[in-house]
Amino acid sequence: MTALVDVANLRVVFHGDRGQTMHAVETVNFELARGVTLGLVGESGCGKSVTALAIMGLLPKASADVSGYVGFEGTNLLGLTNAAMRDLRGDRLAMIFQEPMTSLNPAFTIGEQIIETLVRHRGMNRAQARARAIELLRDVRIPSPEQRVDEYPHKLSGGMRQRAMVAIALACDPQLLIADEPTTALDVTIQAQVLDLIRSLKRKTNAAIILISHDLGVIAEICDEVAVMYAGEIVEHAPVDALFEVPQHPYTIGLLASIPRLDRRVETLATIEGSLPDMSEVPQGCRFAPRCPFASEICVGSPPPIANIGARHWSRCVKAPLEEVRP
Amino acid sequence: MLSLLGKRLLQLIPTLFFVSVIIFSLQQLLPGDPALIMAGEERDPAVIEQIRQQYHLDRPFPVQYVYWVQGVLSGNLGESMRIHVPVLDLILQKLPVTIQLGSMAIVIALVIGISAGIISAIKKNTFWDYAANAFALWGISTPNFWLGIMLIFLFSVKLGWLPASGYVPLTEDWRASLASTIMPAFVLGNAIAAILMRHTRSAMLQVLESDYVRTARAKGLYERTVIFKHAMRNALTPVITLGAIEFGTLLSGAVLTEQIFTIPGFGKLIIDAVFNRDYAVVQGVVLVTATVYIVLNLLADIAYVLVNPRLRN
Ligand SMILES: Nc1ncnc2c1ncn2[C@@H]1O[C@H](COP(=O)(O)OP(=O)(O)OP(=O)(O)O)[C@@H](O)[C@H]1O
Ligand code: SF4
Ligand SMILES: [Mg+2]
Repeated sequence: MTALVDVANLRVVFHGDRGQTMHAVETVNFELARGVTLGLVGESGCGKSVTALAIMGLLPKASADVSGYVGFEGTNLLGLTNAAMRDLRGDRLAMIFQEPMTSLNPAFTIGEQIIETLVRHRGMNRAQARARAIELLRDVRIPSPEQRVDEYPHKLSGGMRQRAMVAIALACDPQLLIADEPTTALDVTIQAQVLDLIRSLKRKTNAAIILISHDLGVIAEICDEVAVMYAGEIVEHAPVDALFEVPQHPYTIGLLASIPRLDRRVETLATIEGSLPDMSEVPQGCRFAPRCPFASEICVGSPPPIANIGARHWSRCVKAPLEEVRP
Repeated sequence: MLSLLGKRLLQLIPTLFFVSVIIFSLQQLLPGDPALIMAGEERDPAVIEQIRQQYHLDRPFPVQYVYWVQGVLSGNLGESMRIHVPVLDLILQKLPVTIQLGSMAIVIALVIGISAGIISAIKKNTFWDYAANAFALWGISTPNFWLGIMLIFLFSVKLGWLPASGYVPLTEDWRASLASTIMPAFVLGNAIAAILMRHTRSAMLQVLESDYVRTARAKGLYERTVIFKHAMRNALTPVITLGAIEFGTLLSGAVLTEQIFTIPGFGKLIIDAVFNRDYAVVQGVVLVTATVYIVLNLLADIAYVLVNPRLRN
């Protein structure tokens, strides 16, 4: 079976106003089949959101150069016109954002913000769309949806708003749902409820999901596969169990070592010293070398090759497979 | 909503009281004895004394104020000391002219300012953006009298399309009326358009970067829906409020422009009254202008609440 999503050599370069460049995403590769949930992890600033926005075609055209290949049902999304891309977005591609407090328009009711999507993509009239909007709000377990549908976002709590965002994203039964840290801004109990929602979506539909998260606990619970990103590239890709049991990239090992701090963003890694490299230029060798406890001469000359470890498991490290090299 | 309206109306009372006290006090500070001025050539002390009594000028200041307010509340703004016409009549005669001019100016300002602002925001850093910004700079820095004279020179003297001066009431001949006001309205509107354009541009740029606009795009909405529904609704609210306040300024601040185009509006009334020391007229005009200004502010506030669901309860 061919993959639903096939991303190859995705690259995003930002051009600043003062001529500076920023290689936010470099050679990102992954495939995603229907019904599979892929977790995307990595520390802040490594390019997770930019990858998601590039797939959705939502990066600013003026400042972002996107190249490579983003296959969706066999079509290269990067080659589509703006109009064709708009037809897909909100319909077969959907995205939930990290910021529930600001992602809804304060000037329109929750209902209106769902209805307009249905009218746009499903050609419903407003009455039909409204009825469907109420159903969707019920599906995401918003209490008394008949009333909520006419309320403005400021009346809802963060958790409720994020559910409303989920309802908008699910309005047209997308094939691919990208959830960019959907729970980071929420408190723990609400997080669990929203995650439940995504899990039940997984069961009910055959959609592929990309779940971006800082939280390895969340990834372990929900995802089938995991891609670990570092400095704009995927350094390790593995089935979820394999990643936790036999991580094959020193960066992944470092990330896992910081698991006890589940409740926090993995912004400062307990075991990895230093920070992300300057991405105004593409580094020569392994990007992780300055922070890697295993780094040696061969790591810095040229980019490390991809080492295939097992079924759907690979690592971008010259020393992989790492046997008993855990620090 | 109703309770909000009630509250704002109640707040008007102290504001208006304050304004009226100031207007009345300023009057007292002006040099010259009003009774003497009213008496004119008459130097008979008995006559002057009689005028004093008639206008309560012999009573203490607060009492005079109370008499004055009583008069104002019953629609009596006094009488022009020079031409002996009730001030209210003078005002009612000139106000429609100024309102017509102000309305035309504000419509011109809103249309030009908002469209130029939106275009320059969505075409940021392109020719259109630079052109709109140059226009705004020009609009802000061009003195009204200069622009007025240039327009008269071009459209009246050179081309002969529009009358150089004078005013025809709307009720008389609406075409001639528009022809007689379009140039001064453009002069007044132009400067405000520039201000509104700058505000629209920065508000739009900010809103276009917002998360909810990104959400709207993520839903695959057409770009026109994104801009004219999601972005504009939020960006234009403060701009409209600003427009209402500028409209208030127009009603009192068209002095110079009315003078250039010899439009017999409020501006001309104020000038004449000040030069002639016609205190009752000055007082009445200032009071009406201040009231209109305050009411417009109130309306702008209410409109702001109406389009802003967060403030509605
Ligand atoms: N529009 C933009 N213009 C310029 N640079 C950008 C833009 N968006 C993101 N970047 C840069 O690209 C890099 C990757 O950002 P990205 O938002 O993808 O990180 P992230 O992995 O999602 O981090 P976080 O976990 O904090 O959300 C960052 O250094 C960021 O500053
Ligand atoms: S290639 Fe070398 S520096 Fe890079 S992760 Fe592997 S061991 Fe570390
Ligand atoms: Mg992010």
